[in-house]
Amino acid sequence: MLHTLPELVNQRTTLVRRGRFLCVDFRLSVGDVDYDITVNHGRLVGFTSDGGLLRSWRFRIAAPAQTWLAFWQPVPAPGYHDIFALNKSRLARLEGDLYPFMSNLRYFKEVIAIPRDFNFTTEQDLVA
Amino acid sequence: MSASLEPIVGRYLRTTWQQRPVRIYFEEAGNGIPLVCLHTAGCDTSQFRHLMTDPAVTDRFRVIAFDLPWHGKSPPPVGWQDEDYALSTDAYTEIIRTFCRDLELVKPVVMGCSMGGRIVLNLAAHHANEFAALIGLEAADHQTPWYDTEWLNRPDVHGGEVCAGLISGLVAPQSPDEARWETLWQYLQSGPGVFKGDLHFYRADSDYRDRTALIDTAVCPLYLMTGEYDFSCTVEDTTRTGAAIDGAEVVIMGELGHFPMSENPVKFRQYILPVLDEIEKKSAPKS
Repeated sequence: MLHTLPELVNQRTTLVRRGRFLCVDFRLSVGDVDYDITVNHGRLVGFTSDGGLLRSWRFRIAAPAQTWLAFWQPVPAPGYHDIFALNKSRLARLEGDLYPFMSNLRYFKEVIAIPRDFNFTTEQDLVA
Repeated sequence: MSASLEPIVGRYLRTTWQQRPVRIYFEEAGNGIPLVCLHTAGCDTSQFRHLMTDPAVTDRFRVIAFDLPWHGKSPPPVGWQDEDYALSTDAYTEIIRTFCRDLELVKPVVMGCSMGGRIVLNLAAHHANEFAALIGLEAADHQTPWYDTEWLNRPDVHGGEVCAGLISGLVAPQSPDEARWETLWQYLQSGPGVFKGDLHFYRADSDYRDRTALIDTAVCPLYLMTGEYDFSCTVEDTTRTGAAIDGAEVVIMGELGHFPMSENPVKFRQYILPVLDEIEKKSAPKS
């Protein structure tokens, strides 16, 4: 279901407007699967998980699948409810040039929270 | 919808802080035992507005909250434009004691949140006999930093947006939207570098692991209350701190985060009212 993320982001007009000054390539790593995502003025215009194609990214958000599964619960447990909580406990890692992320924090936090609506129940659901 | 006036009244105190004249905004509501509330880093008194409009509190407590200089409606001291604000234990302690003295508060209760909860431990260690009770919300003697404060004040990142974006995850998922976004709004409007200046105290000048042993809760009762979703001051941080202080009462608050009084006032009152009940009983004149 993660592949529907661009559509779900792009139909949220206030979210896209919030990211209107943002153009960046970033990577979302869910366990062993890397999603390379291109943001163009707040719209997600690229979303691939073809791996191994030597794509570049400015920053990467990475966590094991079981961590993302906990993070993406509709009401996450304490410690799994925020990307910075995960980073503090080293369950997730924020890597690379964090400037685009930090200067558009609300945008990215809202984008990565969208899968909480997917009702994931298993790690397999994440990459289905 | 009819109009109504809230019972909160605001005034300004002119006093001296760190050898400089300052103008301190404070607001209050209620009658009874003085309950002085200390806001979190980078924020202001509006965090306590729900407590000030709750008759279960204001019928027996005079709830008072002041904006630290640089915060809310308390301007920075004259000359601020050529300095970097950096709060210290000494300066923070001084202004709390000065404020209580200037308002002629007799044995007030002090309740602070986050950095306000941290300084409560210093008050407990060194000035306990001045207070009827001390309450540290989201308080610990020390905690592990989780971001570089350089992000908070730089020309190429919006200060309000990054401050609110960082702390947004400290609000529990269960907190109602209206209260969540009001809590974040308070962070969106902080002055440039103020949150960072507060964190100088929090990060660099308040490792109190050296003084918890000095705290005597027989002189002044101490309550430490922390929300389970607070990953900045964690449940473990508060529990460890409480365990090192004989007689300290630790309360872990379910479905709350780092801003209990503002992020979910209804939930918070379930936890704070029993503590205030206990303080009221302990403060009653012995017959």
